Amino acid sequence: MTVLVDKETRVVVQGITGHQGTVHAHQMRQFGTAVVAGVTPGKAGTDVEGVPVFDSVRDAVGRTQANAACIFVPAPYAKDALLEAVDAGIRLCVVVTEHIPFHDMLVMYHYAKSKGTRIIGPNCPGIASPGKAKVGIIPNVVFHPGRVGVISRSGTLTYEIVSGIKEMGLGQSTCIGLGGDPVVGTSFVDALPLFQADPETDALVMVGEIGGTAEEDAAEYIRQHFTKPVVAYIAGRSAPPGKRMGHAGAIITRGKGTAETKVAALEAAGARVARFPYEIPRLVAEALGSAHR
Amino acid sequence: MVKLAEWQGKSVFRKYGVPLPRGEVARSAEEAETLVRSGAVPLPCVVKAQVLAGGRGKGGAVRFASTAEEARAAAAAILALEFKGEKVREVLLEEKLAIVRELYVSMTLDRTQRMPLLISSARGGVEIESVADAEIDRQTVDPFPGLTSYEKRRVAKVLGLSGPLVRSLDRLLDSLWNVFQHEDAELVEINPLAVVGDGLVALDAKVIIEDDASFRHPEYAEVRDDRTELEEIAREKEIAFVQLDGNIGVIANGAGLTMATLDVLKELGGAPGVFLDLGGTDDPKKVTEAFLLMARAKPASVFLNIFGGVTRCDTVAKGLVEAMRQVPSDERFPLIARIRGNNEKEGTEILRAAGVTSVPDLRASAQAAVDAARSKP
Repeated sequence: MTVLVDKETRVVVQGITGHQGTVHAHQMRQFGTAVVAGVTPGKAGTDVEGVPVFDSVRDAVGRTQANAACIFVPAPYAKDALLEAVDAGIRLCVVVTEHIPFHDMLVMYHYAKSKGTRIIGPNCPGIASPGKAKVGIIPNVVFHPGRVGVISRSGTLTYEIVSGIKEMGLGQSTCIGLGGDPVVGTSFVDALPLFQADPETDALVMVGEIGGTAEEDAAEYIRQHFTKPVVAYIAGRSAPPGKRMGHAGAIITRGKGTAETKVAALEAAGARVARFPYEIPRLVAEALGSAHR
Repeated sequence: MVKLAEWQGKSVFRKYGVPLPRGEVARSAEEAETLVRSGAVPLPCVVKAQVLAGGRGKGGAVRFASTAEEARAAAAAILALEFKGEKVREVLLEEKLAIVRELYVSMTLDRTQRMPLLISSARGGVEIESVADAEIDRQTVDPFPGLTSYEKRRVAKVLGLSGPLVRSLDRLLDSLWNVFQHEDAELVEINPLAVVGDGLVALDAKVIIEDDASFRHPEYAEVRDDRTELEEIAREKEIAFVQLDGNIGVIANGAGLTMATLDVLKELGGAPGVFLDLGGTDDPKKVTEAFLLMARAKPASVFLNIFGGVTRCDTVAKGLVEAMRQVPSDERFPLIARIRGNNEKEGTEILRAAGVTSVPDLRASAQAAVDAARSKP
């Protein structure tokens, strides 16, 4: 296993008979992923493009040895879908669904953690390792196998940046879209050790956003533990303040959470920080060059 | 997010048993006077503007009255206010209590710990941002056991309470926790929480409800908020739409890409005026609606920056072409497009047929949008 997914990954798609589920099950298979099952309650015995559909995740795992779940179930039912996957023994769940209330996600996160299941997302593009497997919705066209890892809180901005890395003639080891919701299953700090330990990753691109302190926490981890070159970008430098959250929200992050504090923390940790997305590929090339010298 | 006005927050509090001053809402000076005369609001009373912005006390939006005539005059004066850009539509009249001390408690989310966060301070009645860190206590509350007795005892100690006040706090914190959880709140804040006699009373209420939970809270759908009219329409159509001060409209997909686009425009000397995030859609109708909404904001130029994933470039192009047909001639604007990713070729071709060139380079296309906005009279 490289970072979380590899050729042994066997995916069950929850909500496979819905439009997004069907489209992306197809795309995952095109990428070379073993999509072994789908789950839609009440649709057992049918199939989606040859992928067998089951009524429950337990049935799917029993019959197909699925070991990763990709969840497209609509927000009101997503919590139940995730808890079901955890109870069926799935230890990697990518939650693509957007608009899940964070109160639901709090329950999902702590329950999954207590059972040893990792959640990626929600509201995320998922994970992909070119030449190995993809669990999620990142467009296949942006990838090329290589040695640059990517972790991001954004969706489409990640595609843009991964695509830029490919156009530079470089490729990716693993790309994880963590999702930008207030509560995420896997944060930068959770993902960084995976890339540090991954022998197939030589450099890491980290794409952050304003709000919260995930980037500052990541910077602290990088400073102390991360030995590979890091190129970072923070979106939202020009965003006006105050369009979110009230008083109590502001005081948790006192003096943190702005683009300036994030950039400063990352630079202090030795990361190369791009001012604009289009600077990233060049900085990655430079970082790789100096790392090899 | 849905920000509740004080009186709306207090009606939620009442449901959960939070102790409140006796009070009523009035929408006219006459109504205010009647409420006092009928005894529904005891004298002396306080008359407070129901607006979302803070700092009402200093801004003349809170007044006191000891007669029905004074209550009427206070209500009339406050209802004539426009407080920090917000028109005052309601006043809350409440009995004036003999306050011994003012405290602070709130419940919100700690994103890093992924847990609810209970914040308390003995320094209530002032903006919490102005209170020194050392005087603010924060403890996370694990959602699984929920709020425990020992956590509540810690708050009592922080607030310096003893005797019957500890029991009053115990019940109040349970209510706060229940509001936070059951109402899907992002923030529940009581500031000030007043010591009155041997009990606690919530003098103010700040409640913010999470939008994503609207499927189980239809009761908040009608709540007036501080959104602009266009932002309200966008909300109904599930399009993320924020109005800023500049004149360039930005349509992108995904919050990160949208913000990055604003950053680039600003760096190149442009001033973004509207931020519209299409999100993930493969419905051309939604794209058309988004464009028509953008047209109503009257931008000097519009920069369309799409990276196709779930959203396909040809879907966006089709929706855009349809919108251009529908936009009235006096609302037309120069359009600079950059569409990349899934079905890029098809999308680019559809746009070309409609006379719009997609420029793949981000910097070059952003520069074109800035130049177009500048040259528009």
